[in-house]
Amino acid sequence: MSRALLYDATMCIGCKQCESACAQQNQLPYDDKVAAEPVQSEHKYTVVLAKSDKFMRRLCMHCEHPACASACPVGAFHKTKEGPVVYDVWKCIGCRYCMVACAFAQPKYEWHSLNPRVRKCIMCPERVLAGKQTACAEICPTGATRFGEREDLIKEAQERIRQNPSTYLPRIYGLHEVGGTSVLILSSVNVEEFGYPSSATIGDTPMPEYTARVMSKIPDFVPVWALVLGGIYWISHRREEVAAAEAEEKNGSTQ
Amino acid sequence: MKFKLSFWRVVFLVIMSIGLYSAFIRYFHGLGAVTNMTDQFPWGLWIGFDCLCGVMLAAGGFCVTGAVYLFNIERLHSIVRPAVLTAFLGYCLFIVGLLFDLGRPWYIWHQLIYMNLHSVMFEVGVCVMAYTTVLFFEFLPNVLERFNLKAPIQWIKNAYAVLVVLGILLSTLHQSSLGSLYLIVPSKLHPFWYTPALPFLFFGSAIAVGLAMTIFESTLSAKAFGRHLELPVLVELGGALLVALWVNGLLRFEDYFHRGMLGQIIKPSYEAYFLWLELMLAFVIPITMLSFKRVRLSPDGLYLASVLSLLGFITNRLNVSLTGFETYVGHHYIPKWTEFSVTLMIVASGFALFALAVKHLPIFPGQSQAEELRLRTETRPLVAAAALGHARD
Repeated sequence: MSRALLYDATMCIGCKQCESACAQQNQLPYDDKVAAEPVQSEHKYTVVLAKSDKFMRRLCMHCEHPACASACPVGAFHKTKEGPVVYDVWKCIGCRYCMVACAFAQPKYEWHSLNPRVRKCIMCPERVLAGKQTACAEICPTGATRFGEREDLIKEAQERIRQNPSTYLPRIYGLHEVGGTSVLILSSVNVEEFGYPSSATIGDTPMPEYTARVMSKIPDFVPVWALVLGGIYWISHRREEVAAAEAEEKNGSTQ
Repeated sequence: MKFKLSFWRVVFLVIMSIGLYSAFIRYFHGLGAVTNMTDQFPWGLWIGFDCLCGVMLAAGGFCVTGAVYLFNIERLHSIVRPAVLTAFLGYCLFIVGLLFDLGRPWYIWHQLIYMNLHSVMFEVGVCVMAYTTVLFFEFLPNVLERFNLKAPIQWIKNAYAVLVVLGILLSTLHQSSLGSLYLIVPSKLHPFWYTPALPFLFFGSAIAVGLAMTIFESTLSAKAFGRHLELPVLVELGGALLVALWVNGLLRFEDYFHRGMLGQIIKPSYEAYFLWLELMLAFVIPITMLSFKRVRLSPDGLYLASVLSLLGFITNRLNVSLTGFETYVGHHYIPKWTEFSVTLMIVASGFALFALAVKHLPIFPGQSQAEELRLRTETRPLVAAAALGHARD
């Protein structure tokens, strides 16, 4: 069973304790200045955004079928069976195709480093493996960010919508988007207002499928195309041989 | 002549020194100091031009070797060597460009040991490495001839058909895969440029550009090295270019028609202006020009049509990689001057290395005996020696 996070925006009070816990967990600097930054960056994996009295958290969605993992030429990203999409810095060559590929624009880059790494929320994999919650879920004072089995969290989210239909929009963002994600979002306003891509734009098809459709044809294409090319070579040169042989025959008969 | 040569040398040195200064900043202060790339725009000019356009502009190698060795079109034999040289240089410079753009270029060899078979980037990387090796062997006879090493030349000659087929196979794969790279961003890339047909369009444009580039480089080297221009060969290439442009143009039309985009592409918008520019340069103007027999038979007409279509396809690739993301990101990306300077340095090195190779290696077919003698006795002993070397084989 895979773990997930459920973020209920209606319960969030914007205290940003998840931000600071995340920074601490990942050994990143965190002070008032960082807290005031309203964007994710190489030193801020998660951010709590505010719009009038509404809050919204952003973090890596930990897709069930992550585009970054499929795009990476050296397989530096992979989806663990526990849920987190993790990054192996040793493998990374810095091509940044993961950043291009991610529909949620989550991977960030250390642009000013001489040996730059891709940075994003990795869902505290050591903690998850040890059976603990993620740092952000553990510290959340209101339970707006909850950690658990994905199936259980989906049921709980559906239950909350059923009990408070006037509070919530009737959808769980991340349930089906790009084939499902391990971060699920409940809210009273459209998540799109806070920069999330709209469900209609990204669709329910896992992003890796768009390239897999082409990549899967290559093993068949290579031998067929090689045969065609070899065939063209054979025919075009055979024609020459035949012409030469015919010319010789003609010469022979006239002599 | 003498002044002109030194003028271009000065230009070259200026470009190289500015480029090297930028290279210094890039490797000692990081990508952030030298580029305008951001988390929103992780790929900039170096991917858009140096890589996507560089590989496309080097496509002449597989087009010409394919025509001559695969389809046995003997008439084009004289342009094989310059086309292979251009391709080999193009791929080498592409790799140089990549070493600038990769965040951790010192780990580029990871590509060979950590293989993600699902990744389009992996496929491109491996095919480019393999094809550069193939091009190295296709190019090697030039060097061997220079030193009169007959045995290895014979080995390569025996295997040349295999090299050519392998080269076309690898080119088909990675030229199209450069387009496939963008299949994973349906929600980010503007619908003018995002289409499931991307791999086909990239492969098709590589062939058109391969032909246009061969015309461009033949004309330019004829002018620069005072060579006799082989008009019949250029005319033949021009005819092929016209067909290739029609096929590419129809593919584009078919794609927009099929996706119901025709109404949108004629409406003025930021993206539409760039699209119109691309379509005018790549298709409308050169196709119109080449439709006139007078243009198709004139060296200047062929040259101009090729240059315009090259600019058109370059615009296309920059649109796919840069313009097409601007609406999604919400702001413009304009490369920093240091990005331009590195790109310019790479392009200038390409021209310089081409000239150097032509000077020292038997790239162009031997001139007539009289011309050879004149050259030998006059200013260019090396070219004459090279020409003689080629005449021997």
